[in-house]
This record gives sequence, structure tokens and C-alpha cells, in this order.
Amino acid sequence: MKPALNHQAQAALLFLLGATVLHAGLTDLHLRYVKAGLRPLLLLSGAVLIATAAATVWYEWRRGPRSKESKDSKEAHREPRVSWLLTLPLFALILVAPPALGSYSATHTGTALQKPLGYPELPERGPLRLGVGEYAARAVYDHGRHLRDRSISVTGFVALDGTGTPYLVRMGLNCCAADAQPVKIALTGEIPPVLQPDTWLEVTGRYTPRRTKDPVNDGPVPYFEVARAEPVPVPQDPYDEAWSG
Amino acid sequence: MAITTSPPRGAEEPDGGREKKTHDEESRHLTSPLLLTLVLLTAVMFQDPVRRALAAPVMQSWMTVFVAVVLQALPFLVLGVLLSAAIAVFVPPSFFARALPRRSALAVPVAGAAGAVLPGCECASVPVAGALVRRGVAPAAALAFLLSAPAINPIVLTATAVAFPGNPEMVPARFVASLLVACAMGWLWQRLGRTDWLRPPSRSSYDGRSRGAAFWGSVRHDVMHAGGFLVVGAMAAATLKAVVPAEWLRAAAGSPVLSVLALAVLAVLLSICSEADAFVAASLTQFSLTARLAFLVVGPMVDLKLFAMQAGTFGRAFALRFAPATFALAVVVSALTGAVLL
Repeated sequence: MKPALNHQAQAALLFLLGATVLHAGLTDLHLRYVKAGLRPLLLLSGAVLIATAAATVWYEWRRGPRSKESKDSKEAHREPRVSWLLTLPLFALILVAPPALGSYSATHTGTALQKPLGYPELPERGPLRLGVGEYAARAVYDHGRHLRDRSISVTGFVALDGTGTPYLVRMGLNCCAADAQPVKIALTGEIPPVLQPDTWLEVTGRYTPRRTKDPVNDGPVPYFEVARAEPVPVPQDPYDEAWSG
Repeated sequence: MAITTSPPRGAEEPDGGREKKTHDEESRHLTSPLLLTLVLLTAVMFQDPVRRALAAPVMQSWMTVFVAVVLQALPFLVLGVLLSAAIAVFVPPSFFARALPRRSALAVPVAGAAGAVLPGCECASVPVAGALVRRGVAPAAALAFLLSAPAINPIVLTATAVAFPGNPEMVPARFVASLLVACAMGWLWQRLGRTDWLRPPSRSSYDGRSRGAAFWGSVRHDVMHAGGFLVVGAMAAATLKAVVPAEWLRAAAGSPVLSVLALAVLAVLLSICSEADAFVAASLTQFSLTARLAFLVVGPMVDLKLFAMQAGTFGRAFALRFAPATFALAVVVSALTGAVLL
């Protein structure tokens, strides 16, 4: 049986929660789950949680042991046992620290490619380095006007759909991973013979006008003709926040 | 991690001898911190098997979404809790009596429009509305505030404008429909609502304590309380996000009536923060604008996470009546607004 939390246990739980949130905010851990802009708020809320824990201990100590059986301790018994559930996000963050959303969610969600407001100028010559979302938007909605006959590099992770078709994917984030949506590029050309889902790749190659439809939502998916593929480490921020506004 | 439903020991005991009670306090003081330590240590000890069990892609994606929802909502919850503690401790009840019109039929739209100034998502508005009710604001007005605040504040409206660059009429449509639903629910509560559906404040008054103690006591109570329910809601939202297939949405998109209902239900299930839902709505391109408006109006007012938090703050009897009524009204109003404005 789990008793209701008393003030000491609550203070401990609040402190741990605050420390975990601070830890996630100070390292890159939070980028797996929320957008980078939320960081100041995360740090602030972590500090408030720790201050609350400190204040709880302080007032408990000042009230002294004698008055503990008065009206106030009765109140402590009414703290709901649902508060125990706050230990779950603690365990999840400290012990497991689940990875950023990957190929599983990418293949279960339709591509979120949207017509962009405009196309910023690209450098005149030399190899191009584009994001998955930028390449897809230019290929689909700009008919690849500035992409033809250029060497292009794109970085993303690998996802294989039910039929084994390889995609290069980047998830976009608006607020947190719950609203993350993928943008997909289908790969053709010199694809490595063995592709592990969730491997991060930098593919270099050319634009091709060939297109297909996302099997999940019929969204447009452009193709990319791969000439070379190299494994790269997971970027600091695994999500793409540029294309989603 | 089973949560027993039996009442805490001592809650049902008649007021026995003082000695026995003190003894009970002592053992309880040992119990729950000790238990917390044991739970933490056990989890650390068994972390390898646990991790292996969670290695399946479904479980990983579930956990990522679960952690993300909690982590995203926590800062807003803390903000709301600080604000509600400030209202409960530093703002005298007479202030609200003066600020709001005396007739609650008029107070409802004023409170609804006041929701525009609380910049945040829905997790912040639940504790604030709870503090307003405890501070003597008419429940009808506080509920109008609860519903309108997450939907019509400037941040959310700006996000909506950014997400729908080709359809700027979505912004006024969202504003009008959300405010209408909030006021209508306030008036409905005034006509039909019964005070005994609302759970009386579960916390003893803070009179007789110093303001600092009262403030931090309120913050601690609200974080523990609303935080627990937030976790329940985040688990539900993560489960549905991992389980619900995207294919059934395609089937619904064809029919105009079905598509509005489907997106309204989706808004409830996904429990997306109101600052981000416009971007998700914008990507549901196979649906009509009216259906997407329903998604934007329903989401900030009724979703799994909010339902759990409302049940925690106002009581289950309240949430079971309030949420379905809000859902029905929000669907009807957004269909009408969509027909007129979009």
C-alpha cells in the first residue's frame, strides 16, 4: 500500500523533479523532446521547483515538531496519491532518456511538406547543402528550378516503409515531440546495400524530377538521386525547426 | 506502479487518543520518504531489464512522446501555479468583486475576454481558474476564463496566422468561435450548473499563516496535485499517439460532417499544446478548413490531459458533465462559424 505523500516526501520529489528538469535544460537532452526556444522556461521552472522544495523544508522546520499534529498535518494526508505518478517522468528521464522520435513515427505519420512562403537565394556555384525540408519544398513546389545540375548534400535519418522503400527523413517540431511531423525524401540511385533504420546519413547527389506519394496521407514526396552516402553522428538538435515556422 | 484506492490510514479513524495519533504521525513521517527512497533505489537497480523491455520501437516512441508532453507542459504548469498562488495569497477577494460586473451574466463575457491576457497554453489556465473560484469569483465567469484563455491569447493567435499563411481568415474565425463557446458554456453553467458538482476546495484556508508560508504551500500543493494528473493525461495522449493509425483519418476526410467530427475527436485524443496545434491542423491538408477550425476550437478546451487536470482540480463529477457539453458545443459553434466565415 502506498500512503499519501507527506511534506518531506513531497519536498524530495519536487527537488528531484526540479533537478531533472534543470539537468535536461542545461544539457542537450531537452532538444530530444521540446523545441530549443523552451529552454529558458525549462530552467526557470526547474529553479522554481527546487525553491518550492526548499521552502517546504524550511517552513516545516520552522513550524517545529510540536505543532505537527495540529490542523496542518491533517492537510498533508489529503495530498492525492496521484502525485506518486510524478516519479514516472523522473525515471523516464534519468534512467531511460528515450531517444528523439525516429523511423517508427516517421513511417506512421504522413509527410508534412507545405508550400513555403518564398525561396531564399542559393549560392551561385559550388556544392549545395540543404535541409530535408528545404530540398523537398524546392523540388516539389519550385520544380527544382535552382537545383538542376548541382551537387547537393542532405542530412537526415533513414526510414524504410512497409515495402522496404528507403526514405531520408527529418522530423519537424513546433512545440514538443507530440506534434512532431516528418518530411520525407525518397532515395534512388547508389543507395548503400544495407540500410539500418534510424541511421543518420549525409547523402550527396542530384535533383531528379521523379516524385511519389506518401502511402500514409498522399502527400508529395520528391526523389533524390544518391551518388554517395556517408554515416554521420546525430546532430545536436535532431529536429528541424526551420521549415515549420 | 499500482496506486491503491483505499483511503490513507488514519483518514477514517475516529479522533482517537492524542498519543496514538502522534505515534501514527511519526510512522507516517518515516513511511512515505522511506518508500520514495525504496522506489528510486529499486528503479536504479533494475534499470537494465527495464531498458531492455522498453527497447521496442513502439515503446520508445511512446516514452519519447510521454516525456515530451510532460516536459513541455511543466513550465506552463509552474507558471499557472505561481499565478494561482499569487491570486490566492496576495489578491484580496474584494478585488474581483470590484473588477467583474456584479451580474454574473455580464461577468461571463468580461472574464472570457480577459482570457486574452494570459499568455500560455491550457495547462496554465486550470490552476488559475481553480484559484479564481476559491477567491469567490462566480464559477460561470471562471469557467469562461478557463475555456477562452488558452485559445484566444496573442501567442496562440499569432501561431495560427503563421501556420495558415494562405488563409488569414482562420485567425478571426478561431477567435470568434472560441470566445463564443467559452461564453456560452459560462451562461449554460449559470442556468443549469449546480454548486455540488464542483468539489469544494480540497485545501484548508491559509489564514493564520504567514504570507510566505501560504504562497509556497499553495505552489507545492498545486504542483503535486495538478502535476500528478498531468502525468495521467500525458500517458493517455502518448498511448493514443502511438496506437491510433493515421489511415482512418483518410476515410473520414471525404464526408463534410464526418470530417468535422473526426478532427474534433482527434483534437481530444492528441492533447497538443494550444500554441502548436495550428501547425498540426495546417498539415491535415486533406480536410476542409471548417473541420480544421473544429480541431483548433476543441483542442484547447477539451482534451485528455485537460480532462485529467480538470477532474483533479474541480472533481470528477464536474469534469464528466463539463467536458462532453463543451465538446458538443464547440463542434456545433465551429461548424456554424466555419459556414459563415470560411
